[in-house]
Amino acid sequence: MIFFRLILVNLLRHKIRTVISIAGIAFSVAAMLTVVTVLEGAVGMFSSILSSGSEMIVFERNVSDLFFSDVPPSAEREIANWPIVSHADPVLFGVVSSADHPIITCFGVTAQDARIRNATWISGSASQFDMGGSPVVLGERAAEFLGASAGKDVPIGHGTFHVIGIIRTHNGFEDGGVFMPLDAAQKFFHKEGSSVITIKLHNKEDAAAFKAQVHQHYPNLIALEDAEFSRSYSQFKILKATAWAVGGCGLALGGLGVANTMIMSVFTRIREIAILRVNGFANRQIAITIFGEAALVAIAGALAGLAIGAAALYALKEVPALHGYVDVTIHPLLMLIIVLLALLTGVAGALYPAAYAMRIRAVEALRFE
Amino acid sequence: MTMQAQSGGGFAVIQATDIWKSYDQGAIAVLNGVDLEARKGEAIALCGPSGCGKSTLLHLIGGLDQPTKGSVAVNGRELGGRRDMVHFMRHEVGFIFQLHNLIPDLTMEENCLLPTVAAGTDRVAALSRLHELAERTGLTDRRKHRIQKLSGGERQRTALCRALMNRPGILLADEPTGSLDEKTSGAVFKLLLDLAHTEGVTLLMATHDRGIAAACDRMLEMHDGRIRTDR
Repeated sequence: MIFFRLILVNLLRHKIRTVISIAGIAFSVAAMLTVVTVLEGAVGMFSSILSSGSEMIVFERNVSDLFFSDVPPSAEREIANWPIVSHADPVLFGVVSSADHPIITCFGVTAQDARIRNATWISGSASQFDMGGSPVVLGERAAEFLGASAGKDVPIGHGTFHVIGIIRTHNGFEDGGVFMPLDAAQKFFHKEGSSVITIKLHNKEDAAAFKAQVHQHYPNLIALEDAEFSRSYSQFKILKATAWAVGGCGLALGGLGVANTMIMSVFTRIREIAILRVNGFANRQIAITIFGEAALVAIAGALAGLAIGAAALYALKEVPALHGYVDVTIHPLLMLIIVLLALLTGVAGALYPAAYAMRIRAVEALRFE
Repeated sequence: MTMQAQSGGGFAVIQATDIWKSYDQGAIAVLNGVDLEARKGEAIALCGPSGCGKSTLLHLIGGLDQPTKGSVAVNGRELGGRRDMVHFMRHEVGFIFQLHNLIPDLTMEENCLLPTVAAGTDRVAALSRLHELAERTGLTDRRKHRIQKLSGGERQRTALCRALMNRPGILLADEPTGSLDEKTSGAVFKLLLDLAHTEGVTLLMATHDRGIAAACDRMLEMHDGRIRTDR
């Protein structure tokens, strides 16, 4: 209890300095939480695009990005007929543009595709999707920013497409995307095959057999389970690493703030540390008061940061331009990791001050005014 | 090294032999061959002009500093060879300084409990000891007061309580009444002497006040880093 009082008393003695240190950690934690959650959410959304109604994905081996993957139509036809496969849906990813919107994701899919079947149709219906011509279905947000509605034509890229429906999905990318019949998309993007084939098996336990079969028949293709793909896809890895690196840099800055505070704290109470030493405090006990102070600042900062970060995420979610793109699901594990990182940063920031405090000689420090 | 020193009628709890202390590689000599022996329960006053080495001698006996030459043994054990100096500081010696050296933001009670916290003493036992000492020093109703709210005399009495919390055998007081007015100074000294006697503590006190020094069992006169007279 007195240990805690010693820690608290020192923090309260310099309230503004303490608040600044807590704020440093808080904003670092908030930045980390926001960046990591937004990017993890984006990765999750993209993963869910691939896993719509499927559990495996087949794509070209060694491509850096799925947009560059090219799966031949013959492979799609053959794989769809394998006995262990329930159904196989080819998807062609492309990027299209329109006035004021240079990047719009385009999905070339069949009418049987889960995205078309399971979406909420705000206008139009799935039955018109495969009727030929150049029809497109727009995600709700895409319709909004393109100013398009069902029955009208919309200029996309160098072509004009007839909007046959508008759908709502739970995915920000899909809601902001354009859906074309696969053959129309192949023509538009000058491709013969698809980017990926999403696979549903009759029996999930056949996944290993399916992968082996793909490898045997199509050595230039690779089959991965959805979760496996999310873990191994290099773009996701880069995004996640970037998010943690940016957040980590923020936290390191917060840690420097704590270090500065703790150094000042030790320097301004050299005499007090000497008093503790004269009263029998061991090095370990003096270090505990220093680390305890840093830990308290870090934890207070981390909790405040989580609150600020959560508020920022909810605010981002409400920004019209980002609607559907920000997933505000904050995982408890992520919060725990961030709090632990903040604590670690705070404690690391107290290393030098604690070492300095342990070297203070009472006989000299008692003369210190 | 263990010494079973015996002097006069009591056990020599402090045995300082040929103590030398200098700073800046011998440029500043503070103690020049001090020999001192103190028996259990004795109250000894160290007198002498400023800079004669009184405080330095107390620091060496209290283990806060090491002599350049010579040895200090407390309770028969030489300090230079002890590896458990933290135990020594917690249980065998108590300090009082001219400036009370209390932590101003803590209460009287919290300040007094610091040595027991360091030693890991059971809280109930620590509070019982504090109750006893606060009663004897007249600070019972000031226990929850912060140091900033206490008078100079009360602060020094608090420092006395704190020094005695872990029942040390030796009390080292460096000008304990130096910052107090004459009246308060006399009262604090009387209390200090009384507590030292009833607790059976060996008191070694540096002071300029000859009246106070005369009330001690022995008075050592220091000059130029040596003990000149022992009365």
